[in-house]
Amino acid sequence: MNAAANVVSLKDRVLEILSHVPDPEIPCVSVVELGIVRDVRDSEKPTLVITPTYTGCPATIAIEQSIRAALDRAGLCGMTIETTLSPPWTTDWISEEGRDKLRAYGIAPPPKGEGQHSLRASIVQCPRCGSTHTEEISAFGSTPCKALYRCTECEEPFDLFKCH
Amino acid sequence: MAGEENILFHHAIRLGDDPLILAQRLSEWCGHAPMLEIDLALANIALDLFGQATHFLGLAGEVECKGRDADALAFHRDVLDFHNCLLVEQPNGDFAQTIARQFLFSNWQELLMHEIAAASELRLSAIGAKAVKEITYHARFANEWVVRLGDGTEESRARMIAGLEWMWRFTGELFDPVDGAASLKTEWDARIARTLAEAGLELPKPRRAAMGGRKGHHSEHLGHLLTEMQFLPRAYPGALW
Repeated sequence: MNAAANVVSLKDRVLEILSHVPDPEIPCVSVVELGIVRDVRDSEKPTLVITPTYTGCPATIAIEQSIRAALDRAGLCGMTIETTLSPPWTTDWISEEGRDKLRAYGIAPPPKGEGQHSLRASIVQCPRCGSTHTEEISAFGSTPCKALYRCTECEEPFDLFKCH
Repeated sequence: MAGEENILFHHAIRLGDDPLILAQRLSEWCGHAPMLEIDLALANIALDLFGQATHFLGLAGEVECKGRDADALAFHRDVLDFHNCLLVEQPNGDFAQTIARQFLFSNWQELLMHEIAAASELRLSAIGAKAVKEITYHARFANEWVVRLGDGTEESRARMIAGLEWMWRFTGELFDPVDGAASLKTEWDARIARTLAEAGLELPKPRRAAMGGRKGHHSEHLGHLLTEMQFLPRAYPGALW
């Protein structure tokens, strides 16, 4: 096996392992789908690079612990976990699959392409009935990444994954 | 520390102390806010600010090379060694006074973080770029509440005016030519004036600025805040969850 093939295989292996590690607050999505796994470096010191969502999100510590445990279980005890802040995480990195899972879970996913501005989503679709007739109840919700909304069509309240 | 590292250390301490102290103040609202949504909002803003403080103080500790991490710097420094601005240590007062403080601070911090995000020191700029998105959201929240209270009932308007009057004297320090960010003053003035106009409020009258926080000369409020914040790690050194 040449070196290039090696890099691909370790990366693929790690991504496969991490695709089963759920976000502790929103367990319907994995840490890979959330876009916080940034890189896998296969060198003398194999390293996994992750990035936090919000600077103060308490889940960041829990996520690192779950990742560590999953890597250890898979026999990758020697792998170093490195945290990087740059470039800063954005909701644009949440995968399409992750978005679908959020919606199915009852959380409106952040519209794509609006994350860079940290603005409220221009159009928020109700994850239950699909209506865009929605209004904000509270700019802050039960976790740092969510805001509280209400659908004026089906009258159900729901969480919006904030654009970030 | 060499001269350059010494400057970076003090810079990072200031940048970390502001969000740390304000986060501690905002946390006092937890369980006491006027509405559940406000409780969540203030606690969430505090959480973001604690996160920023952890990063900036962590960097300060790294640069200092004396084995102090963010926790050591937050919990084992005395009041004279804190270099936060006086604005963030001011008491919460009522909700309008808390909003006044957040409004004046977040609009300043957002401008400052844009500048930090463009800094040549990469560790500093990474934290700045990360923080600026959160702060933009805080500023928007505070701006909206200034308008809601200022343009609300007679009582909410009177309280908003009183809150701004109380906090106004602490804003001069933010733009001090020596210890502040004087270059941000024009843009900050414009932002503040824009939101106050929308709220139907007038700019508070000019007052002599209260200064000293950046040199460790604080109002008496900071000591009380630290007593509570630092109690546990000092009473039980090395305590873990």
